[in-house]
Amino acid sequence: MAHEVIISGFGGQGVMSLGQLLTYAGMLEGKNVSWLPSYGPEMRGGTANCSVIITDELVGSPIVTEATAVIAMNLPSLEKFEKTILAEGLLIINSSLVDSKTTRDDIDVIYIPANEIADELGNNRVANMVMLGAYLEKTRVVSPDSIIESLREVLGHSKEHLVPVNQEALKRGAQLVKNKG
Amino acid sequence: MAKVLMKGNEAIAEAAIQAGCRYFFGYPITPQNEIPAYMAKMLPKVGGCFLQAESEISAINMVYGAAGAGARVMTSSSSPGISLKQEGISYIVGAELPCLIVNIVRGGPGLGGIQPAQSDYFQAVKGGGHGDYHMVVLAPSSIQEMVDLVTDGFDIADKYRNPVMILGDGMLGQMMEPVEFREKKTILPEKPWATTGNKEGKPRNIINSLFIDPQGLEDHVLKLYKKYDEMKENEVRVECYNCEDAEIIIAAYGTMARIAKNVIQMAEEQGIKIGLIRPITLWPFPVDTFKKWADSHHVKAFLSLEMSMGQMVEDIRLSVDGAKPVHFYGRTGGMVPTPKAILEEIKKIREGI
Amino acid sequence: MAKVFEKPKALTDKPFHYCPGCTHGIVHCLVAEAIDELGIREKTVGVAPVGCAVFAYDYFNCDMHEAAHGRAPAVATGIKRVLPDNVVFTYQGDGDLASIGAAEIVHAANRGERLTTIFINNAIYGMTGGQMAPTSLVGQVTTTSPYGRSADTEGHPIRVSEMLATLEGVAYIERVSVHDIKNINRAKKAIKKAFEIQLEGKGFALVEVLSTCPTNWGMTPIEALRWLETNMIPYYPLGVKKEVE
Repeated sequence: MAHEVIISGFGGQGVMSLGQLLTYAGMLEGKNVSWLPSYGPEMRGGTANCSVIITDELVGSPIVTEATAVIAMNLPSLEKFEKTILAEGLLIINSSLVDSKTTRDDIDVIYIPANEIADELGNNRVANMVMLGAYLEKTRVVSPDSIIESLREVLGHSKEHLVPVNQEALKRGAQLVKNKG
Repeated sequence: MAKVLMKGNEAIAEAAIQAGCRYFFGYPITPQNEIPAYMAKMLPKVGGCFLQAESEISAINMVYGAAGAGARVMTSSSSPGISLKQEGISYIVGAELPCLIVNIVRGGPGLGGIQPAQSDYFQAVKGGGHGDYHMVVLAPSSIQEMVDLVTDGFDIADKYRNPVMILGDGMLGQMMEPVEFREKKTILPEKPWATTGNKEGKPRNIINSLFIDPQGLEDHVLKLYKKYDEMKENEVRVECYNCEDAEIIIAAYGTMARIAKNVIQMAEEQGIKIGLIRPITLWPFPVDTFKKWADSHHVKAFLSLEMSMGQMVEDIRLSVDGAKPVHFYGRTGGMVPTPKAILEEIKKIREGI
Repeated sequence: MAKVFEKPKALTDKPFHYCPGCTHGIVHCLVAEAIDELGIREKTVGVAPVGCAVFAYDYFNCDMHEAAHGRAPAVATGIKRVLPDNVVFTYQGDGDLASIGAAEIVHAANRGERLTTIFINNAIYGMTGGQMAPTSLVGQVTTTSPYGRSADTEGHPIRVSEMLATLEGVAYIERVSVHDIKNINRAKKAIKKAFEIQLEGKGFALVEVLSTCPTNWGMTPIEALRWLETNMIPYYPLGVKKEVE
């Protein structure tokens, strides 16, 4: 099936890199992929989002208008993209920063306290990876190993030491989904 | 070589460097800033030169100078900046110099917006600058194709000593896709006409577009048009997708062609047969391809899909020449038509058939 | 008999099209002599402007580019970046350099491009028929300032050399004149120096040459030379404006 995901949050929450890692991993697994960022003034301190498509079919439009999943890192993201999710689609909300609940009752919703977990891990910048871990556990779009392989590529040698904490963050995100059954 | 995940803009820059381009002159403008940034970082490492000019006007004139001096050279910009470059483009054509110009189109007119658009079609294919001229305009619709067309674009420019334009848009520039850089040995052609210094006993090289005698200028323009005839003969590129037994054929290029493929899939699921003609060269336009399909009995109508108020549709109508109705659907200003809306449009057209 | 004058090799045999009494011919000759004396003709690439010197590519016996109006410094930048070992010069008038090409000259100078610019200041547009130039003097009558240039509405004439001399990238700027033999000889030295500065890789070099336009000034050649001396030199003082060691 085609996975069409919107990942959204504040600038600096690692929204773009989350999308890129997912796309990269999809490519490594031989799937057809695309990544499309929002760009321009809205990037300067406002919300940032990107659309990722991972599919066995051809990728036509890289824009996601009907998402199979939305990963919302903050409240404006939830408000903006909640309505784009297909019926029976998936919504992952960063409950550390979002108090509200979804208004949709026809989708699957997971609340992940991503920032709290990231803080527990001693690196608040891996909140995005906690969210990604939850998303992967739920959808199995790509394997966590492919994500880590992608991460190594993106980080390069000088930041190799950041791999373990990212790996841990993925696991914690996945664990939360597992625990909820 | 293995596939890498790259932004369209960065892929263009890397492809240019791999194609032997060592000189880049440009000026910042969204949404193409990754091209100059990549060039600024990478060109010094390969003995090349990146220069941020004081304006787009200066940038294109630096390209003019560098091309005349024999270099494989390029510039990139986005719509308002490309308008500023038109003067220089006209001179480059007039002086018969090769170069690559990339336009990552955004919405207009005026300062317009920064979201993707296709509203510079007329400017790209009908001239843009002053005088009788054309240039080959290449419209990639994937990052891989961007890479391939950059390489080919430089070669076409050298072959005809005429600028070549890559017409992308903000979406193609910003999006990432897997891309493969194929090992291709670049052979830069000899340029005996370049101004590299007048060695004793050899004729002087003069780079010039001034022909004060009208007969001289007419002769010069006729010579240019002979090249344009050759381009029409040799350089037309087009993709036909799903056209066999299609009842309606969509015409779309670049980003819109990608969306068209989604539409075709959706239509197929509803039992509607839609085809796609995707011009890869917007100039020369694939006139014969349109003629051919217009003559097939199963094709009832054409639909031009554009991120503009309808520009390419004029060339389609000229090509189809009344044989079949040619419809238009588009959004503009940075709005991108959705597959759903397009499918609705197609259904309306079918009701009228 | 001893030969006292020879046409420079860096000039072609093509007769100049310039009006009688116009000083472009003198300056062309000085540029060509400088090129010959430095032995750089075979590696020199010139850039012609739009203006009266638009046909300079027919006269300088070296590889040449014709540039769009005002763009010569940008074109020359492109050439020099590709061919750093060649000698690149621009030859531009006051409308070309100081008006439509103001941005290009400022930024080429500021980048310290290793270029030599010969700037002909005759305080008027010649080729288009005597319109006001950015260097036209206050009170000067032209076809587009028929009541005389007014400082209130048209601003004051631009002293290009002084302005550019404030830029760090500039290695050498001198203003000279060609209204008599003594000054022609000085001009020759300055032009040659401007090429030497480029050969030494020191930075941007420009020589502003005060020139006459008898046709559009509506004067005889002799009157024009006197007018230059009496009216232009007081506003545009001659001399070196900047020179780095």
